[in-house]
Amino acid sequence: MKIEKILLVGNPNVGKSAIFSRLTGAKVIISNYPGTTVEFTQGKMKLGDETAMIIDVPGTYTLEPTCKAEEVACQMLKEGGLVINIIDATNLERNLHLTLQLLEKDIPVIVALNMWDDTKHRGIYIDVKKLEEQLGVPVIPTCGLSGEGIKELIDRLEEAKKKDLPVSSDSQKWEKIGEIVEEVQKLTHRHHTLLERLEDLSIKPLTGLPIALGIIYCSFWVIRFIGENLIGHIFEPLFTKLWLPLLMKLSAFLVEGSFLHHILIGNFIEGKINFGQSFGLLTTGLYVPIAMVLPYIFSFYLILGLLEDLGYLPRLAVLADNFMHHLGLHGYAIIPFILGLGCKVPGILATRLLEERREKFIATTLMAVGIPCMAQIAMIVGLVGQRGGEYVALIFFVLFFLLIIKGLILNRVLKGVSPEILVEIPPYRMPQIQAVIKKVWMRLSGFLKEALPLVLLGVLFVNILYTLKIIDLFAYLFAPVLTGLWGLPKEAISALIVGFLRKDVAVGMLGPLNLTTKQLVIGSTILAIYFPCIATFVVLTRELGIKDMLKSALIMIIVAVSVGAILNLIL
Amino acid sequence: MVVDLTHMWPGESGVVMEIQRGHGLTRKLHSIGLRPGKKITKVSSHFWSGPQTVEVDNMQIAVGFGMARRILVEVKR
Repeated sequence: MKIEKILLVGNPNVGKSAIFSRLTGAKVIISNYPGTTVEFTQGKMKLGDETAMIIDVPGTYTLEPTCKAEEVACQMLKEGGLVINIIDATNLERNLHLTLQLLEKDIPVIVALNMWDDTKHRGIYIDVKKLEEQLGVPVIPTCGLSGEGIKELIDRLEEAKKKDLPVSSDSQKWEKIGEIVEEVQKLTHRHHTLLERLEDLSIKPLTGLPIALGIIYCSFWVIRFIGENLIGHIFEPLFTKLWLPLLMKLSAFLVEGSFLHHILIGNFIEGKINFGQSFGLLTTGLYVPIAMVLPYIFSFYLILGLLEDLGYLPRLAVLADNFMHHLGLHGYAIIPFILGLGCKVPGILATRLLEERREKFIATTLMAVGIPCMAQIAMIVGLVGQRGGEYVALIFFVLFFLLIIKGLILNRVLKGVSPEILVEIPPYRMPQIQAVIKKVWMRLSGFLKEALPLVLLGVLFVNILYTLKIIDLFAYLFAPVLTGLWGLPKEAISALIVGFLRKDVAVGMLGPLNLTTKQLVIGSTILAIYFPCIATFVVLTRELGIKDMLKSALIMIIVAVSVGAILNLIL
Repeated sequence: MVVDLTHMWPGESGVVMEIQRGHGLTRKLHSIGLRPGKKITKVSSHFWSGPQTVEVDNMQIAVGFGMARRILVEVKR
């Protein structure tokens, strides 16, 4: 039998992505919460002399879809292939329901009994031989994280069987599952481990809420601590001690005032290169993404990776559920929001976890406006922080306040009600350092590959606009709003223009304008809310469709114009 | 006696009797492990009609308040 296409199918959070990465060697994001994979991921693996395509299908409970991620899964199945049904050995009963549904399809199936290592200390004993007999397809115990059993799984792929069982009703399936589980599984009593005690404490409201506040506070403290120290002790010295002397030579060679000097080095500030304000490709263009933003991106993803792999996020979702309902969302929407703090692109993609269109619209609109990404946060901290921490706090307070007000309004205005949360809470698992580091590296390289070119493009673009005097035209046209309403100098238009490309550079452009602290606060706030950057805009359009995207964009612009004006009046 | 899930005490165990109304909901609850005949243990209930967390087969599940009200459970009191 020639195997061309392999589909990894299973319930959410059973370790499909871990197995995918084992089979293909490809790098994919793996976390400990249901719904990590919302799009299918494709990869290739060698099977003897042939190459097979492997698809990591988003987790699903049934083959009758209830949300977008599940829809993707069902669509993939219709297109055929060989199915590796991945089931969580610690939760046999529930997982087998999908297995039985798969066995009714006209498609060869093989079962990977994943998280096998977890069964031992959970006091679960499963007779694999008997399970194999009952299902009539091969069953292989595996552990995706350690790689145990993967070789056997590959070796036995050819034994996958097409059962094509007659279609049975749900209750018939549950009955059959009951019989199977009765025969193959034995549970022994065991004592609660420390992690399990923590599980209970972090989900009970009286202890869970203080724990959540503590974790959030510590996370931000650590992110800032790591970020600041990386900048102060590594990146800043690297630029000023190593890079600057090289640039000075280049500058002398190019001659100040020449076009090329203007593009590469930028303007001299008080007779010197100023990495924050010169705005050349090799000065500010590299300094902003690498020395100001990258350290924060690194520390954010390090902490996020630890929390994801521990399995904390679904607990936070449950604790936040009540609050999120006021915004027209349920608690699980906090996961896209948290991802959005890193970058809005994965954040918006993660809204596929949400069942209804209304929720998706609210979540994406709120995210596009109320949640600044880490690149932007790093710049605000770096730039506004010089004037005092209270002003940074003020900006974040305004953004948070807006998020809530907008959520409250959208929830009132839009028809329908928000659906209720229904989610499984995975057990805590000790994060494995290597896995976390790998994930951080994937996310960092994603930033360098996708964001760095855009930053450079933004700097180049604005320099060209300046040279061609186009900026002056825009400044003149938009002066009534900029100066009249927001109290900003009309030159701030350049920041707004670059903000369509990258928010971090845009905030950086406020630097050379010699703004008062009030203007800086207003400018940074507006940059955060007036419109998403191009990458966000593209996914937003793809996920919402043109019509809803326009609606969402209109809301953003109205909010930005009025918030800028209000801040200008009250500050 | 039979109570709905929201009226179980934290730490109390019971057997699911019935899930009222709504086919879509029933399906979803079934596939996540909540269905008649299953023994469940309530873990916690959150303030102001917040989600209810229960343990079914070694796995914790959070269920919204409205859904939880439709899940009837036989408890020993």
